[in-house]
Amino acid sequence: MIGCEVDWIRSVSGIEERRFAADGETTSLMGLQAAKRCLQQAGVQATAIGYLICSCGTSERRFPGPAASIASALGCGEIPAIDLPLASAGALVGLDLARDLAPRYGRVLVVATEKMSSVVLTEPMERGVSMLFGDGAGACLVGPEHGRLQIVDSFIASDGQFADDLALPFGAPLSMNGRSVILHASRKIPRAIGSLLERNGLRAADVASFVMHQANVNLIWKVADALDVASERFFTNIARYGNTSSASLLIAAAEWMETSPPEPGEHTVLTAFGAGYQWGAMLLRAV
Amino acid sequence: MNQQQALILQLVKKVSKKDSSPGLDESLFESGYLDSFALPDLVAELEEQFSVKIPDSDLNPRKFDSIERIASYLEERAA
Repeated sequence: MIGCEVDWIRSVSGIEERRFAADGETTSLMGLQAAKRCLQQAGVQATAIGYLICSCGTSERRFPGPAASIASALGCGEIPAIDLPLASAGALVGLDLARDLAPRYGRVLVVATEKMSSVVLTEPMERGVSMLFGDGAGACLVGPEHGRLQIVDSFIASDGQFADDLALPFGAPLSMNGRSVILHASRKIPRAIGSLLERNGLRAADVASFVMHQANVNLIWKVADALDVASERFFTNIARYGNTSSASLLIAAAEWMETSPPEPGEHTVLTAFGAGYQWGAMLLRAV
Repeated sequence: MNQQQALILQLVKKVSKKDSSPGLDESLFESGYLDSFALPDLVAELEEQFSVKIPDSDLNPRKFDSIERIASYLEERAA
């Protein structure tokens, strides 16, 4: 589709397959499907949702984003529904906000939905960028009561000095300075995780599993190396989906919970980095 | 080549895992000595070997694109 050798793509990114939405399949529709599945698995009715946060950097419109449409289509009623157009770190920032909003609003549904094909598979196409991205959506329910995982602590940061190094300008293709992104991500992510763990009296070795934004498998291994933990402790599914921007963290977290759920008491770290730059880490404990 | 440039060259060869040597003003990215994933390793090596802390605000890949540019940057940091 984009003129790159399969082996080369695999070696530089870890990506083997990607999924693309159909022409009429919008970010709202994808987000709705993920939200429905999330509520079904949690056994929670849409009317029990008090707040909806939707992370989406590829909305079909400048405004409104998909949040209110998803809330209405779910049957949530007239609840607050906000959009976070943050791209890759959006789901993590959404979870961080949900953690603070849940005591006030009750259950908060965090949705992340991205149709990256709409911005990277149109000409002029930069092959090295286009080959990374796929479409997808994920969702997560955050409530004031204990669920399967407890949010222990979180750390969110931004640095706008390099905003142009990863951006989607109006009327222009996705602009990415990959060298800058990898350089900053490979330093900021381990530092964020280290700070988060230190203030909670933990070391990386104490964390059973890590779920990271699926940007590039080589970046994931680099973060594992910087933390001096075995790469096997980092869940990855980028091979099947590519980089689905903000959706990737929730898609990966959902598959991680299905395939290798943590034992009670075990700690997990979610982490993400993306445009802005925005990044952070969240410490979870299995209940 | 001065002592500082020689040490930078040594670090470039270490992270690139190449025996050959780039020219002092040769682009390390264009000539294949550095890629996105080797650059963070080089920056870490520079910090350690030159006992300098490189702040995030200076993490612009262009500053590290040649041995000359790296040497100039390190001199600025030391000044």
